Amino acid sequence: MLTLYTRRRIINVTGLLVSMLAMAFGLFWLCWILLTLLTHGLTALTPAVFAQMTPPPGSDGGLLNAIAGTLIMSLLGTLIGTPIGIMAGTYLAEFGQRGWLAPVTRFINDILLSAPSIVIGLFVYEAYVIRVGHFSGWAGALALAIIVIPVVIRTTENMLRLIPNTLREAAAALGAPQWKIVSFVTLRAARAGIITGIMLAIARISGETAPLLFTALNNQFWSADMNSPLANLPVVIFQFAMSPYEDWQHLAWAGALLITLSVLTLNILARILFRQSATTH
Amino acid sequence: MPPDYTKKLQSITMKSTLLHQARLKQQIWLDMLFRGLTRTSAFGVLVLLVAIIVSLVIGSMPAINAFGFGFLTSTEWNPVTDEFGALVPIVGTLVTSAIALLIGIPVSFGIAIFLTELSPRVLRRPLGIAIELLAGIPSIIYGMWGLFVFAPLFADHFEPWINDHIGTLPMLGPFFSGPPMGIGVLTAGIILAIMIIPFIASVMRDVFEVVPPMLKESAYGVGATTWEVVMKIVLPYTRIGVVGGIMLGLGRALGETMAVTFVIGNAHELSKSLLMPGNSISSALANEFTEAVGDLYTSALIELGLILFFITFVVLSLARLMLYKLGKGEGQTT
Repeated sequence: MLTLYTRRRIINVTGLLVSMLAMAFGLFWLCWILLTLLTHGLTALTPAVFAQMTPPPGSDGGLLNAIAGTLIMSLLGTLIGTPIGIMAGTYLAEFGQRGWLAPVTRFINDILLSAPSIVIGLFVYEAYVIRVGHFSGWAGALALAIIVIPVVIRTTENMLRLIPNTLREAAAALGAPQWKIVSFVTLRAARAGIITGIMLAIARISGETAPLLFTALNNQFWSADMNSPLANLPVVIFQFAMSPYEDWQHLAWAGALLITLSVLTLNILARILFRQSATTH
Repeated sequence: MPPDYTKKLQSITMKSTLLHQARLKQQIWLDMLFRGLTRTSAFGVLVLLVAIIVSLVIGSMPAINAFGFGFLTSTEWNPVTDEFGALVPIVGTLVTSAIALLIGIPVSFGIAIFLTELSPRVLRRPLGIAIELLAGIPSIIYGMWGLFVFAPLFADHFEPWINDHIGTLPMLGPFFSGPPMGIGVLTAGIILAIMIIPFIASVMRDVFEVVPPMLKESAYGVGATTWEVVMKIVLPYTRIGVVGGIMLGLGRALGETMAVTFVIGNAHELSKSLLMPGNSISSALANEFTEAVGDLYTSALIELGLILFFITFVVLSLARLMLYKLGKGEGQTT
């Protein structure tokens, strides 16, 4: 018969051991996935990947058009989405103390933040692709912009709320109008945090596949025409990885490594940037 | 003072007040413009939501008219005869998400406990970041890794074992027997679990951190063990937030496309066994939408998207309401 004390200690040690195992379990997958990516990706990552177009099966090629397409669409998506996101986030943090609009927008935005991205793709298909009559790079950029907006709104609002009110009051006491207070004092003070948010948004969209399937589609050739289907890394990876051709699968691994590395770099950079600004304040 | 000086002074002050008034007016006008712009942007978010719902409803009208509520209960999916039913993908979505939660909840709970209560201070930040990085990896990578690395391994080593040991049990047996293909509903659920663990774990960690240290310290003070503090102080205090975090993970799992599409097998068949291939709403969309010919086929797929949006909307709303509630309670107690 165990004493109560021993039983409690046994339960405690078991519980803590299990939670340590859970942590190891989580890290185990991270390491395994990164390791496979590195081993498969590095062997496939040749200079040709950056110099040649996506090939037909059985011949050599690279991912140049897909890389360019992803860069163009991510850039445009960010350029369209960021200003709207910053403006809306500013409203939520600076002007939305009264009235119904701010709480409702905040709630809806939090839902859009984790809404299934494939539905965003469907929406852009319905609202834009059908009307224009063809898949296009613009449609892809639009879908990505819709994913950027909620991320930027959330971080902008959070960062503006961290700015102490005394800063706003000091500016107001000098007679500055509100638009100047917000755009030259609070937004400027929250700059690093907002840039962090934008970087996280870029990291998020650069790997998004689902919304591009029905909007940008894919293009086997070099194209910078935003009104035609545009090649992009995620969809190329999807198509190549699902194919039975081994050389296509190799290219898919190379693309997967590229995307993961850039997403992880963006994530880490964003954190470093935010941490630096937090320590200098 | 000579009279002409007074006059000059008067005209100067007049001018300056006029100028001042004009500038003030301009600033007030700019203020209104700025406020209006930000307000419009915020309103745009609402418009976006309405537009998404309206366009999905319009797009799925042909299918709604053709199949009515029978769409939800029919297992038929035949593009040749134009007969469509959503039961198989809906069940697939729900089952894969359920498997993901079943595996994901205990593991994320353990990770969150480790990060908040056990980890040495030096390791706390890097480990937390590592878990968050796992959340940042694009889902297509999980899918690809699942297809090329995990599925073959699963087929060779685990599925025969599952067949032999769990597949022969009286009640559970039929759910766990089938050809060891590696691809199927169970594999999709496991990959999903790996994907949502970091999401749930980081929400749980944030939630655990709002527990006032005083509460925990008083429990330790009367002699509670760490495990007892977690189960009897931290968990009851943060219950709503923990459930909210789980629902947030569920929302992710339901809508996840690429990680599932690679490994679920895309078979429009309802089978009892979890080892058999199936389909989920998002993978049906990803695989078939661009190749769908005919209005009814496209429209049926859009209706699937509408159903998915509806389910995730409900789940995510509940999650947010719970997390808000926790945030409010935190404000009152401190």
